[in-house]
Amino acid sequence: MPDHSSNSNEVDIEFRNATKRFENVVAVDDVSLSVERGAFFSFLGPSGCGKTTSLRLIAGFDQPSEGDVFISGASVVGIPPHKRPVNMVFQQYALFPHMDVAENIGYGLRQRSPKPDRQDITRRVDETLEMVRLSGYGKRRVWELSGGQQQRVALARALINHPTCLLLDEPLAALDRKLRREMQIELQTLQRDVGITFILVTHDQEEALSMSDRICIMREGRIVQSGSPRELYDEPLNRYVADFVGKTNFFDGEIIEARDSAITLKSESGQVLVGVQPKKAAPLVNGSRACVAVRPEMISINAADKNVGDDSIALHGEVMNRIFLGEHSEYLVATVEYGEVMVLSPKSVENSNRSFAPGDRVSLSWRPESVLVLGDT
Amino acid sequence: MREDGKTNFWLTAALLAPTSMWFLFMLILPLIVILVFSFGERAAVGGYAAGFTLEQYANLPSRLKAFQNTMVIAPVGTLLSLLVAYPLAYYLALRVNRRYKLILLVLVIVPFWTSLLVRTYAWIFILGGRGIPTLLEFIGIEGVRLINTPGAVLVGIVYGYLPLMVFPIFVSLEKLDKTLLEASSDLGGSPLKTFMQITLPLSTPGIATGCMLVFILLMGEFLIPAFLGGGKVFFIGNALVDLFLQSRNWPFGAAVSVTLVVIMLITVTLYMRLIMRGKTGRDESLM
Ligand SMILES: Nc1ncnc2c1ncn2[C@@H]1O[C@H](COP(=O)(O)OP(=O)(O)OP(=O)(O)O)[C@@H](O)[C@H]1O
Ligand SMILES: [Mg+2]
Repeated sequence: MPDHSSNSNEVDIEFRNATKRFENVVAVDDVSLSVERGAFFSFLGPSGCGKTTSLRLIAGFDQPSEGDVFISGASVVGIPPHKRPVNMVFQQYALFPHMDVAENIGYGLRQRSPKPDRQDITRRVDETLEMVRLSGYGKRRVWELSGGQQQRVALARALINHPTCLLLDEPLAALDRKLRREMQIELQTLQRDVGITFILVTHDQEEALSMSDRICIMREGRIVQSGSPRELYDEPLNRYVADFVGKTNFFDGEIIEARDSAITLKSESGQVLVGVQPKKAAPLVNGSRACVAVRPEMISINAADKNVGDDSIALHGEVMNRIFLGEHSEYLVATVEYGEVMVLSPKSVENSNRSFAPGDRVSLSWRPESVLVLGDT
Repeated sequence: MREDGKTNFWLTAALLAPTSMWFLFMLILPLIVILVFSFGERAAVGGYAAGFTLEQYANLPSRLKAFQNTMVIAPVGTLLSLLVAYPLAYYLALRVNRRYKLILLVLVIVPFWTSLLVRTYAWIFILGGRGIPTLLEFIGIEGVRLINTPGAVLVGIVYGYLPLMVFPIFVSLEKLDKTLLEASSDLGGSPLKTFMQITLPLSTPGIATGCMLVFILLMGEFLIPAFLGGGKVFFIGNALVDLFLQSRNWPFGAAVSVTLVVIMLITVTLYMRLIMRGKTGRDESLM
């Protein structure tokens, strides 16, 4: 993880109870958040949850209906986009079709007053082209470039202005998988090099997890949870987050006992499940519905006849499918109690002669203290 | 291979036939007829008598005024139409709520549902003695004459040709990717700079098309100058009406027509050169 200790705690972007309403939709609903200077921050959420609108509030294309948006400690409500010290990389790049690559990149400099002289612009455009590894492409027309190259031009066009904060709206969505991976790494490196705040919008959880310092998970205009990738993965506050971040098996039930954070659930089939509640989650009460969330890698898979420890929860079933993933094997097991369950079994375990084939009868178990009980919201 | 080439030839010919016929009968033949006429002589009772003489062309200077008027008022009228149409098209394409866009667009063409003749006639009353001049007298401005001036003709032109200019510009502004405008303002471009550097350049195809349409049609205009220019501001079109219908001097009329066609060919070619220059885009469409 990048080290921002040199300028930590200084807040770059802040929302205070920001709400954005369109005629009959509330696109952003009472959102409060703050992004530290130099952080790599992501908005993550499904389509239509208000990610783009949040970015547009920062860029100034939309103004909040209520609440306040701050950049570097000053409220920017009412300030038009061309007077804000942030720049945006658009989802479809929005490169100017009637200008060549160099003219596109130099556009921001040419808007300044006083306008920098021609040599100065040329020099800085060349430097920026080099930074995004496009030296020599200055005279190309923008539509002659590949998707990845256009993406880099869009990036260069924003970065040349030295914004305090770079806004990226699903910048990699249009790229193929391999290029996307490359660009993710490039973006991360770039962010570390230039040292400015990056705010990324994505609906790809893998992308958000691998790139960001902090992630804000949104649903229907509201923040559901925000935290570091680790926090979100290990301590999701509710089922929505657990489902969104990584793969999870959910076992539903009704709470029959809630003592401190230890919760006991009973499923419809009568199975008793135990787990702990995340520390920060709203307390759950007896009789309410909840679920036990078990990450696939927390489940151990054994032959059906093998005994498991008493304190473990066990399910029984039949292997339906096994996918070999190199370091892991992924099993899909049809259980008697809960239908399909996904299990991730590490190579070390696999090697010790405990791999299974479709049709094998197995039992699944996990330690109750390692799983979370989550409410729906 | 040769056999193949032959079938291809006939196939191509067959496919091209409708277009070729159209060009031949609607365009080339009438032009040839006019060209032939223009070298002929006026028959004693009017009309055309066969012959070969350059007399008609030698006589062209007698219609110099008509040529001058057309060559000045047509470009000026085109420019004025552009100046009036652009803000309207801009407003319709970029500012109006989507819900009202269609209604407002229809309103632009509604006047076209009645004949231009009737509508231009209306302007005679508006600009004539009992129209605007009378209103001006009420506020103490006396002796203003509007009708039968170049100004009146220009007003008629802008009025009559507005939709023709508005539509191509509207289409090219409509097609404009709005995120480009946001990108420009994001990069520090003020609204005015954004307009000058993004909106205007990207709508030039529409401007070019609109101007060409209006200009070409204006060069042949005769109704508006006849009504609003009185006998004072007349176009080549008026001269032609006179020559073909009144004095029945067909060969001279033909010579004037040929000259007009040549002038148009030259202007339009130069114009196309101008707008196609520097246009290396993959989008070669005219709007
Ligand atoms: N200009 C607008 N007018 C009306 N409604 C809008 C407008 N912009 C966004 N919305 C609505 O606001 C909600 C949030 O939209 P937003 O574009 O922020 O979603 P998003 O999270 O970026 O989704 P996606 O991942 O699909 O891009 C949606 O319901 C959308 O329909
Ligand atoms: Mg979006």
